[in-house]
Amino acid sequence: MAEPKAYLADPALGWDRLWHEVIVDITIIGVLFALLAAWFIWKYRRRPDRQQGEPPKLTPAAGVAWTVIPVFVFMADDFFLAANGWQLWNTYRDVPAERMEVQLESGMYSWDYTYANGVKTQNELRVPAGKPVVLRMTSRDTLHSHFIPDFRVKEDSMPGRVTYLWFHPKKPGEHLVTCAEYCGVMHSYMSGRIVVLPPQEFEDWYAAEAAKLQPVPAAKPAAKKTKKSA
Amino acid sequence: MNLKEWIFTTDHKRVGVLYLIGSIAAFGVAGVMAMLMRLELSQLGPTLTANPTQYNIWLYAHGAVMILGFQIPALTGFFANYCIPLMIGAKDVAFPRVNALSVWLFYVGIILAILTFFIPDPPDVMWTGYPPYSILTTGNTALYTFTVLILGFASIIGGVNFLTTVVYMRAPGLTWNKLNIFVWCTLAAFVLQLIFVPVLGTAVTLISFDKYLGTHFFDPARGGDVLTYQNLFWFYSHPAVYVIFLPFFGVVYEIVATFARNRVFNYAMVVYGGIFGIVALSGVVWVHHLYVSGMADWIRIGQMVTTLLISVPVGLMVIGLVGTLYKGAISFETPMMYALGVIFLFLIGGLTGIPLALPSLTLHLSDTYYVVGHFHYVMAVAGTFAIFGGVYYWFPKITGRMYSEFWGKAGFWLTFVGVNIVFWIMMDVGVKGMPRRYYDYAQFPQFEHAHQIMTFGAGIIGIGFAVAVINWIVGAMRGKPAGDNPWGSMSLEWTTVSPPPHGNWPTPPSVSEEWHPYGYGDGRVSSDEAILHTPDVPRVS
Repeated sequence: MAEPKAYLADPALGWDRLWHEVIVDITIIGVLFALLAAWFIWKYRRRPDRQQGEPPKLTPAAGVAWTVIPVFVFMADDFFLAANGWQLWNTYRDVPAERMEVQLESGMYSWDYTYANGVKTQNELRVPAGKPVVLRMTSRDTLHSHFIPDFRVKEDSMPGRVTYLWFHPKKPGEHLVTCAEYCGVMHSYMSGRIVVLPPQEFEDWYAAEAAKLQPVPAAKPAAKKTKKSA
Repeated sequence: MNLKEWIFTTDHKRVGVLYLIGSIAAFGVAGVMAMLMRLELSQLGPTLTANPTQYNIWLYAHGAVMILGFQIPALTGFFANYCIPLMIGAKDVAFPRVNALSVWLFYVGIILAILTFFIPDPPDVMWTGYPPYSILTTGNTALYTFTVLILGFASIIGGVNFLTTVVYMRAPGLTWNKLNIFVWCTLAAFVLQLIFVPVLGTAVTLISFDKYLGTHFFDPARGGDVLTYQNLFWFYSHPAVYVIFLPFFGVVYEIVATFARNRVFNYAMVVYGGIFGIVALSGVVWVHHLYVSGMADWIRIGQMVTTLLISVPVGLMVIGLVGTLYKGAISFETPMMYALGVIFLFLIGGLTGIPLALPSLTLHLSDTYYVVGHFHYVMAVAGTFAIFGGVYYWFPKITGRMYSEFWGKAGFWLTFVGVNIVFWIMMDVGVKGMPRRYYDYAQFPQFEHAHQIMTFGAGIIGIGFAVAVINWIVGAMRGKPAGDNPWGSMSLEWTTVSPPPHGNWPTPPSVSEEWHPYGYGDGRVSSDEAILHTPDVPRVS
């Protein structure tokens, strides 16, 4: 297959795939141990003719083998999972070059987005379908975490640092954004949405909003101020 | 019974019982907080209170009191105090008065924690107390700081005491390879406390400095950094998970070995692989709590590997436990029911932690109900089951009386069913996106039904634990005399009378070369006979 696998390019697809893989992995381990324990509990219950355990005598060599072999089995599984986790991590951290950048300032209790051309929105991020979006995030007060469950991604925003996350909206539709880091009294009400529009519709809206900004450049800081107090 | 004798006691067993009473009271208070939260969440919108701050205070109190007021004091306070001197054949701890001081400090800490419900503007900072919110809030962050400092100090002086006791006061003949697994586990936990508690103390002190004295450790506008706090906090608080895990797993080992009447499987593997391995790794995995906090990529990947490797020593300890069942002669009294319950709950809890070791999967799972479900299974529920099983196990030794087996098992099954209802569903809604620490969930109306079932399950858990505590109180007052060694255990604490007198044994015991706390299967039936093999040890009557 010459074509790159889709899950390597899209974190949300990669997440679902790795989640499935890890769940299969841990279910096998868990069921094996649970069945073994349950079987021992049943088989070695105390009976009138069995009042004492009959523990196997472990030679020192067997004791070492019983340690070293499980260590290698567990480590093999750990490194297998680590490799897969790292691969998906790279997908999450490598933002595609062809992308839309949006600045996000979070605050108690709103998400304030600023587009490259100066257009600002609050609690609603409009993006075109088919183009990866990267958010450069900071916070003006407490910690917040911009969580988009549908795109399987979140990252904290905080004062004094810029963090980022990206996602790849493919089809027009709406997606919930909700705060995942305890930020204060109204934490649970701090939510917004991502509206994915058909590309042409987005361009029309984006141009129209930009046009509104053009005639009064001096109004920009003022607009920012009202948003803060809102 | 004289109250003054109890308050001014220096007897390690009475100090232990004081720890038990205080921590069970704390468990009750924190449990009521959990019930209030579950009732609040049983419907969309305001249910019990229209004030989110009220909910946040319950949540703060539930977390802080369960961890700092119940689990750590019950395990490193009650079990360590009561069992360690008896298990090593000592007449008391090395510094009995320091021991009394630590239990007094513990009560001061508990009283501070309870003050949360009586002061105006109580702390609403969660048990993690992250700045900037903990500095900006009108809630009383100082109360949080001082609660942590007092309980931490109590724990540190307890640690010094027990390390000295085990190193210097073991009975003649009781070599390091004859220590009970519980003693090893608790020693390891105290080593972790001594290393890491000061870091937590520093972290919570610095937030109060920032809030009340005008410093700027966590204020980026003046050169501080908010992430520093999270690093300091988790540098302690992840090892704190092992401070809870190690002793509770030790308790489970004691119960399983006794009721299976079997040798602990591969003792050296459990001690030198499992316990030592956990201590070695515990200080280099804290960043998995900060996977979505904006830490540098290289440290997130590095600690992904160390976090996954924790499964190696923990896996060895699980193998040791399941192996102890192999070819045993298992009976199913209440303590064993709780201990076997821990095996299954811990399997679920431990394995559901593996997705959370991967930073990539955590970008979705972090701060959701999945995390809450996971850590309740692995630490809160498994730990509490071990504590309850342990109290049942040593109940005949502590009181000299027997509890009701029927009500013991009834309480076990109620809680076992209840916790699986609550925390399994909790993980499921978490994967679907439900974030934690939410007073209301208007964005997620589809989860209302699941929340109702969880509230119902929480009610069952509450009834189950209440049945157990009432069973203890009734048993302590009216139970049948239990005898000195009702379970037929080989371990040293069962060789003295129940309840043991001040000084534990009329003459200090010593142990023979063949004796081992888990020396079952050599044709000997109980520890009394085992100890008879040493001619110079007088039999306790």
